[in-house]
Amino acid sequence: MSTPDLVADAVVKRFADHLAVDSLSFSVERGSFFSILGPSGCGKTTLLRMIAGFIAPDGGDIAIGGKSMRDVPPNRRPVNMVFQQLALFPMMSVGENVAFGLARRGTPKAERLRRSNAMLERVGLGNAADKRVDELSGGQRQRVAIARSLVLEPTLLLLDEPLGALDLKLREHMKIELKQLQASFGTTFVYITHDQSEALVLSDHVGVMSHGRFEQLGTPQDLYYRPQTPFVAGFVGANNRIVGRTTQTDGAIAEIATADGWSVRALKIGAIAAGSAVEVFVRPEVAILARSEAQLPPDQPRHAGEVQSVLFDGANSAVLLQEARTRREFRIALPQTGQFSDLKPQEKVVFSFDPSRAVCFAARSGTEGQDA
Amino acid sequence: MDSRWHGRLALGLLLAPALLWLGALIILPHVDLAVLSFRERVGPRQYAASLTQYRTFFAEPLYWHVFLRTAVMSVIATLLTLLLAFPIAWIIAKLARGRAGSLLFIICLIPFWVSETVRTLGWMILLRESGVLPALLVKLGLTAMPVELLYRDATILVGLVYTSLLFMVVPLVSSLESLDNSLIEAAYDLGAGGFSILRSIVIPHAAPGITAGCIVVFMLTLGNYLTPTLLGGKNSQWFTEQIYTQFITRFNWEQGAAFGFLLLALSTALVILGLAVSGQRFGDVMRRT
Repeated sequence: MSTPDLVADAVVKRFADHLAVDSLSFSVERGSFFSILGPSGCGKTTLLRMIAGFIAPDGGDIAIGGKSMRDVPPNRRPVNMVFQQLALFPMMSVGENVAFGLARRGTPKAERLRRSNAMLERVGLGNAADKRVDELSGGQRQRVAIARSLVLEPTLLLLDEPLGALDLKLREHMKIELKQLQASFGTTFVYITHDQSEALVLSDHVGVMSHGRFEQLGTPQDLYYRPQTPFVAGFVGANNRIVGRTTQTDGAIAEIATADGWSVRALKIGAIAAGSAVEVFVRPEVAILARSEAQLPPDQPRHAGEVQSVLFDGANSAVLLQEARTRREFRIALPQTGQFSDLKPQEKVVFSFDPSRAVCFAARSGTEGQDA
Repeated sequence: MDSRWHGRLALGLLLAPALLWLGALIILPHVDLAVLSFRERVGPRQYAASLTQYRTFFAEPLYWHVFLRTAVMSVIATLLTLLLAFPIAWIIAKLARGRAGSLLFIICLIPFWVSETVRTLGWMILLRESGVLPALLVKLGLTAMPVELLYRDATILVGLVYTSLLFMVVPLVSSLESLDNSLIEAAYDLGAGGFSILRSIVIPHAAPGITAGCIVVFMLTLGNYLTPTLLGGKNSQWFTEQIYTQFITRFNWEQGAAFGFLLLALSTALVILGLAVSGQRFGDVMRRT
C-alpha cells in the first residue's frame, strides 16, 4: 500500500480557553474522498485551515504526501483549497483565475494558457476563458474554483463546504458532479461539511467530528448502519431517539424501559450496565408499519400507536406516530408500495422493529432522562 | 402629467442650494476671472482684449519654473502620502480588530481638530534653527551647531504629506475593507507570495480608492498656500504664492486671473493623465470617496 496522502498525528489547536481540535489522528488514502462531518463549531474548519497551512497546530504534526508540513507556509504546500465563498478573483477573467497558480510557479505563458484551457475544457467550461467571473452561474463558478486548484495538480484538494452557498437543486446536481470530478481526476479530496447527505453521498470515508474529536471514522455505510456513539446515531441520518433505563442486559440485545413505562429492545453498543441510563436509536426505515398485528413479522416485539401526521415527500415519505401508551413521537418511513397512501391522522396502527437493527448506548452525561 | 411636474419641482428645490452654491461661488467668479485674464490695461480704466497675460507667463522663466516646480513637488508629495498611507490603511482595515481600528483612525483624525495654521506653526517650532529638533541633534552630538531645518524642499514635503495624510487614508481604508480576506488567502494558497498578492490582488482591488485618494491629495497640495509659504519661506516658490502676489501685492488682477486658470488647467490635465495611466474612470473613482 502506498503512503497515505494525508496523515494527522495528535494534532492539537487551542484558542484561548477553547480546545478547537483535541489531539486528532487520522490518515487519508491516496485517491480517496474523505469528508469531515460535524455541526458548526466542532472544529472542522480549524482542522482544514491547519491542513492548508493558514493556522499552525499547537501540537502534533500534519504530513502531506509523506512529508511533514511543520513550518511550511500555505503557498509552499502541495495542497489547494476550494473556499466556502469560492474566492474567485473578480479582477481577473476566468482563464486568468485558472492560470493564476501556474503563473506564480513561473510556468511560461504559452504552457500556462494551454494547461488552463485544457483544465477548463475538462470541467466543461471550454469557451468561458475570456468571461468575467460575475458572468458565470453559481455552478460554473464552482467548477472554475475547482479547476483553479486542480490545474496545479495538488496532492490534496481541500474543500470548505463549497456547496453551502448554492440553492437546493443546484446543490444536488453539484454533489454528483463533484463525485464524478474526483473519480476522473483521482486527486485525494478532503471535504468538510455539516450536511450529512453530502458526506454520505460523496465520501469513501467520513470522520464525524464533535468538540474537536472524531466520534467515529468509517465508511458512510458504517456510520449509518453501525454508529459507534450516540452522537453519530443522532447526527447521521434520521433516527428515533428513546431515552430509558435497561431492565435486562444479558446477551447482545438489551431490554429498555422508559420512565413512563414503554418497553423496547435494542442491540447493545459498548459496555452497558444493568439498570443504567441508555439512549436507544431506531431508524425510521427499520420500523415496520401495519394496520393489524397479523401483518407484522411474528418474531418482533409489537408496539401500538396512533397516526399524528403523514409527511408526504415522494420517496422520502414518512408517518409521525404517537406511541399508544406514552404518547411519544415515533417516525416510520412509508414503504413505496402505496399501501398506506390512504393513511389518516388519528388512525390506530401497529408497528415493530428488529431489535438487532436498533442500537442502544450508555447515555451521555447531561442527557440522562431528556428526550430528543 | 401634473405629478411629474411636481416631481421635477421637488427635485429642483432639493438641488437649489447646491446649484446656487455652484453658480454663485464657483461658476460666476470663474467666468469673471476668465474675462479678466483675457484683457489688458491700456490706459486708466481702459481695457482691451488680449493674450498678454498668458504670453507673459511663457516669456518670464520665473513663472513657468515655479509652475513646473509646483507640479513636480505636488506629484512627489502625493506619491509619498500614498506610500505612507497605504500601510496605515492596511493596518486599520485588515489587521486591527474592533476598537483598535477605530482608535487608529481617530489618531489620524485628531490633528485635524487644530487649524492648519496652528499645525504648521507647530512644525516651525519643532524645525526652526532655535527649535526643538535642531537642539536635540546637537545634544545627541549629531551636529556641532544647530541646523536650520526650515525653508528646505524636504520640509515642505513633510508638511504637505502631514496635511494630506487623512485624505489618502480614508478612501484607502474603505476600499481595503471591501476586499474579501478569502481572496488573499486563496492567492496565498495558490502559491503567491506577499508581493505577488499585493500586485495582483490588493492593488487592482484598491485601485479606485488609490486613485481617489491621489486626486484629492494632489488637488489639495497643488492649491495649498499656507504650508509651502510657512515651511518654505522665500524658497518655497509655490505657484499659489505667485497668484497671491499678483492679486494682492501687485494689484495685477489680470495676471493673477491668468495664473489661476493655468493652475486649473494643470490640475485638470494631471488628473486626466493619472486616470489614463491607472486605467480608471472618474465616475467609478468618485463613487469610492
